[in-house]
Amino acid sequence: MRIIPIWKRIVDLSQLAKGSSAQVLSVQSRGADDAIAQRLLDLGFVLGERVKCISLAPFGGDPILVQIGFTRFALRKVEAARVQIEAQA
Amino acid sequence: MRPLSIALVGNPNCGKTALFNLLTGSRQKVANYAGVTVERKEGQFSLADRQVSVLDLPGAYSLSATSPDELITRNICMDTHDYGFHPDVLVCVVDATNLRLHLRFVLELKALGKPLLVALNMMDAAKKRGIDIDVEKLQQSLGVPVVPTIAVASHGADALKKYLAEQTVPLPAIELHQNSTDSHLQVRHILQSAVSMPSDTAVFDDRLDRLLLHPVFGPVVLGLVLFFMFQAVYAWAAPFQDSISASVQWLSGMVGQLLPEGIVLSMLQNGIFAGLGTVLEFLPQILILFAFILALEETGYLPRAAFLLDRVMFASGLTGRSFIPLLSSYACAIPGIMATRSIQDPRDRLATIMVAPLTTCSARLPVYTLLIGAFIPEQKVLGLFNMQGLVLFGLYLFGIVSVFGVAWVMKKFNRQKSDHALLLELPSYRLPNLRDLAIGLWDRTRIFLRRVGGIILTLTILLWFLSSFPGPPDGALLPAIEYSFAGRIGHFLAPLFAPIGFNWQIVLALIPGMAAREVAVSGLATVYALSAQGDNVAQLSDILASQWTLATALSVLTWYVFAPQCISTIATIKRETNSWKYTSYAVIYLFGLAYLFAFLVYQCAVWLA
Repeated sequence: MRIIPIWKRIVDLSQLAKGSSAQVLSVQSRGADDAIAQRLLDLGFVLGERVKCISLAPFGGDPILVQIGFTRFALRKVEAARVQIEAQA
Repeated sequence: MRPLSIALVGNPNCGKTALFNLLTGSRQKVANYAGVTVERKEGQFSLADRQVSVLDLPGAYSLSATSPDELITRNICMDTHDYGFHPDVLVCVVDATNLRLHLRFVLELKALGKPLLVALNMMDAAKKRGIDIDVEKLQQSLGVPVVPTIAVASHGADALKKYLAEQTVPLPAIELHQNSTDSHLQVRHILQSAVSMPSDTAVFDDRLDRLLLHPVFGPVVLGLVLFFMFQAVYAWAAPFQDSISASVQWLSGMVGQLLPEGIVLSMLQNGIFAGLGTVLEFLPQILILFAFILALEETGYLPRAAFLLDRVMFASGLTGRSFIPLLSSYACAIPGIMATRSIQDPRDRLATIMVAPLTTCSARLPVYTLLIGAFIPEQKVLGLFNMQGLVLFGLYLFGIVSVFGVAWVMKKFNRQKSDHALLLELPSYRLPNLRDLAIGLWDRTRIFLRRVGGIILTLTILLWFLSSFPGPPDGALLPAIEYSFAGRIGHFLAPLFAPIGFNWQIVLALIPGMAAREVAVSGLATVYALSAQGDNVAQLSDILASQWTLATALSVLTWYVFAPQCISTIATIKRETNSWKYTSYAVIYLFGLAYLFAFLVYQCAVWLA
């Protein structure tokens, strides 16, 4: 098995390549009262959940389409960047 | 037996409204919650000997609300605000194929400790996908009664009805266990013990998404869908509009034969029937547009269209969901503004409403064609293009650029700099249900006729009054409108409009022209003392060509790109924003831009000539 250094393994969801999967680590809040971060948690972006990048929107790849649990969500990159993930080795 | 009141609550796309329609059928009424433009749907049905009233709460992902809709749901579930409805039991509707997401909300509701019941909906879809749910086990591990339902089947709510009929009122509250473990963890455990899923998603969805969200085919298919829809709104509505207009005119004529000439007849014909005609003529376009939008929403394609277009719209301060309302505004801004209800973020919705009147609606065409025909020579440009066509194209382009420009400026000046959320769920594809479509269409019709129709009718009568009183003195030589209040207002305002090249006749015609843009054509005919009947457009065109300069004509064309010369649009903005403040902002900025650009165009044209 190839060893991936830790600083390369922890990325945010907006960097996940189309078709690949990862484990969610955490959701980072931006500012004190970040409604988007709270909503991401409510929708299931919590530690250990598997997330997959299904598709990228045309005209620049933003928003992205991700699958978490049994549900697909379109997220703008600024939203997806709040989700820290660990790329699957 | 004591009557029962229930509130349906659940995540968006759980089939809650379909269940509401199945339970109540036609016994429902739609209004707004006091002070906000959130739809309040309430209905009735009867069990053996018990009356049940149902409130269909707005869809919510969580009780930590992020939109006005979700706030209402939160307030009613937590009973923190009095909306005149206190449910005996919350019925949480969950999609059996999407339990990972929906069960978390059940746990959040359960923590409130109120009487709660879970309607396990879409059991048919779950069965088809081979999802096996042990209802007994699910009920045990949730600690909440669970009843399976199929909202799209005619007997799909029988189990739910049976359960509700057997309950004593008040229902027992839910027993709360003090171990507050993480709700996501709890959902995982419940799913492991009670549900077996062969695959996370439906194969059909995966295949369709691969095509419809493809970076190349996706936009192509979307383009075809939109083209077809736009054509339908434009073309299919026309015969209905013509026959409605003909019937109203026929009625008006019949009344004319029955009553003697005078004030009463004039008010009936030019006030009430004219207003009625205006209101009813919008209906075909509204119905056709909403039939498409509802069907696209129900199938699950609308959020996908929003996904495809979000980037383009977001760049100018709008959202992917703004696209369809704006596109339909090209036919008519009224259904377009009404369609902004599908935009969840209130800031995005307001921005879309504010720019919708800038799209080149079909009512501008009569004005454009009249003036282009009168002033723009029919010559070839570069031996290829028709000069008149080029000017018309330029006017459309001007409209498009102004939509994005104004949206962009509003985004720059918005003090709230927090990120706008998209967070858009793309639900499973579904076949639209006819009953749900029909009920949805009927709701839109009622809302339009009752709320918007009333305002349009009142204002049309007011405009008639201004244009008819006081009547001309005996032996008057000038057209009657000159002596009226409208005439006086026109003369009074004329100096204000001199810098943009409008003579007093134009200013005068703009006043009755507030009724609708195309009315300006007949308004001009009246002012230039033509008979209101018959084919006088050609005649009018000649008069204008001889009396106006080219600079004035260009100025009037520019004015019509921006000016909100349409009380129906203003009434709809008022209705949909529920705010006189935003309505007046819209009216002021639109007239402001109209004046500014007409001034620039006029002065440039005069200087060049």
